[in-house]
Amino acid sequence: MTYAGVWTIAEARDGALRQVSFELLTRGRKLADKRNTTLSSVVLASGISDETVRELIKRGADRVYVVDDPALAHFTAETFSNVLVKLIDTYAPEIIIAAATTSGRTLMPHVSMRTHAGLTADCTDLDIEEGTGNLLQTRPAIGGNILATIKTPEFRPQMSTVRPRSTKPAPVDASRTGEIVRLPFDPALRDGRVRRIGFKANEGEEVDIQSADVVVSGGKGLKKAENFALIRELAEKLGGSIGASRDAVDRAWIGYPHQVGLSGKTVTPKLYVAAGISGAIQHLAGMKTAETIVAINSDPDAQIFRVADYGIVGDLFEVLPLLNERLSREVGSK
Amino acid sequence: MNIVIPIKQVPETSNVKMDEKTGTMVREGVESIINPLDLYAIEAGIQLKDRFGGTVTVISMGPPNAEKAIREAIAMGCDGGVLVSGREFAGSDTWATAYALSESIKKIGAFDLILCGERATDGDTGQVGPGIASFLDVSLATYVSRIVETDEKEIVVERLIEDGYETLAMRLPALVTVVKEISYPRLPTLRGKQKARKTAVPVWAAAEIGIDAAKLGLNGSPTRVVKIEMPKVTRGGKIVPAPDEESAVRAVDGLVDFLKSKDFI
Ligand SMILES: Cc1cc2nc3c(=O)[nH]c(=O)nc-3n(C[C@H](O)[C@H](O)[C@H](O)COP(=O)(O)OP(=O)(O)OC[C@H]3O[C@@H](n4cnc5c(N)ncnc54)[C@H](O)[C@@H]3O)c2cc1C
Ligand SMILES: Nc1ncnc2c1ncn2[C@@H]1O[C@H](COP(=O)(O)O)[C@@H](O)[C@H]1O
Repeated sequence: MTYAGVWTIAEARDGALRQVSFELLTRGRKLADKRNTTLSSVVLASGISDETVRELIKRGADRVYVVDDPALAHFTAETFSNVLVKLIDTYAPEIIIAAATTSGRTLMPHVSMRTHAGLTADCTDLDIEEGTGNLLQTRPAIGGNILATIKTPEFRPQMSTVRPRSTKPAPVDASRTGEIVRLPFDPALRDGRVRRIGFKANEGEEVDIQSADVVVSGGKGLKKAENFALIRELAEKLGGSIGASRDAVDRAWIGYPHQVGLSGKTVTPKLYVAAGISGAIQHLAGMKTAETIVAINSDPDAQIFRVADYGIVGDLFEVLPLLNERLSREVGSK
Repeated sequence: MNIVIPIKQVPETSNVKMDEKTGTMVREGVESIINPLDLYAIEAGIQLKDRFGGTVTVISMGPPNAEKAIREAIAMGCDGGVLVSGREFAGSDTWATAYALSESIKKIGAFDLILCGERATDGDTGQVGPGIASFLDVSLATYVSRIVETDEKEIVVERLIEDGYETLAMRLPALVTVVKEISYPRLPTLRGKQKARKTAVPVWAAAEIGIDAAKLGLNGSPTRVVKIEMPKVTRGGKIVPAPDEESAVRAVDGLVDFLKSKDFI
């Protein structure tokens, strides 16, 4: 079989596309152009309109495959895997990139085993190798201590997941055209073994820290739960989400979904602010790839300063109120 | 309820040292431990066994000394373990690892539930758990933060996703990968350690499991590592001392200017 074309796996929820779908197009377009081939997006969803999916074309896709069925309203590994494997068998893409989200990181390994494809997790960089045309996938490993470049010389397709927020979403070009291919959902692909029977949305504060542009995190240096108010206020002013070190989470100052690091979440925001966090290797593993890092810590030898672009060696109880106050004035004077 | 827990032996990474020249990890003097995220799976497994009876068997694929990880899991309260080891497994990527482990689990016998760590701290892919579920064709849920209830046919779990927690009812047999929130791992007990010393840990090579060696090791692995680099750790950013209020005001002014220059304000 000859494999050709680049695919991105778009993510949809409640009839709308998630932003990460457009980030994947930035990566996909670059690869497709280098490979001189077409870029397609795959949308597995329930109740998604042509108008909605056309945005993928305006942002770089040449073709969009849509499979729309109530069975695809929520992600379940088995059914999504069945549908994607069938699409791969039918159209034989050379490269597939998906988001390193809870669903992407579940779907892709499930599919890669069945198609005997190479899959590289959590890539931060993708490129095409001169001469061979192989996909070069770069990812951090061993707690971010190394960057490994991986390729799949003989097996196809070549698959990767990439971190949300690690690229900008592809811009809209209203003049772009492409085709929308709606494919019927084959009921035989529906796997009923796993049923979604409930959902509890995160309450109040933003905890989807992996898709936030700005994450403001607090650690043990905050001393007690109430002091997270300082972090909350700063996050609000910067339009960001709230993160935390494990020590803060273990003390129940804030919930586990906020934990950044090895046993929490990996985030790649544009701006990461760490206050009262020492910067243990397990914490760094979760935030080191942020574009800009700001640290506030009273200990000049704290590890966090090694990765900081701007660090303040001082008492957070002095610095944060000053900063919050300054930001109030900045916003007020605008 | 019969539970199987794949655990990986990994280098203790909290004081990892890298060879600047070769870009590889200095392994000498680095202790090997059970992948810390697998401890949550072990604890969750032991708790299920305590409530519903049955057995907990750990399985690890790795070099001969990975036996230590298995004995440690037994010391925590697991019933037994199997070591999958042999030269033919060397160089396996996540495809070949998931394949080898799924075939080994078939050989262990009937199971209701497989519990995996969310990811291993060295390879850090999180692909092996879903991969095993795919090969064995059992129900799969990842990022599970709580086991709500279970009976002979079904297990109900809560899964931590981007915008909240979803509840899934899964037909058994099933594979679940767990996050830290699910449990607080216990320490090995003295009695457990004694038991661990006495328990025989069988070592299986590919021939014993009856697996196709062409699908193992480098031959079976689609991916190849072509380059290893050490990212520069130190960013060399601007570090401003703020020992008193006056300097703190200046440092904050500087920070605000910095944030403005980057368009964050
Ligand atoms: C297997 C494993 C997994 C782990 N996973 C994670 C993980 O996912 N995420 C994570 O974060 N950690 C993780 N850890 C824990 C990690 O090793 C550290 O223990 C943890 O990150 C420390 O949290 P902290 O920085 O808040 O606390 P500390 O290390 O205690 O640091 C507190 C900092 O606050 C500063 N401080 C104190 N008072 C003030 C003040 N008034 N003003 C300014 N600064 C002040 C101190 O100088 C200090 O640097 C893991 C560990 C292991 C072994
Ligand atoms: N060599 C191995 N032996 C046993 N279990 C493994 C092995 N590699 C990975 N696992 C399991 O798969 C999980 C995810 O590992 P990984 O995909 O390597 O990040 C681990 O937490 C273990 O539960």
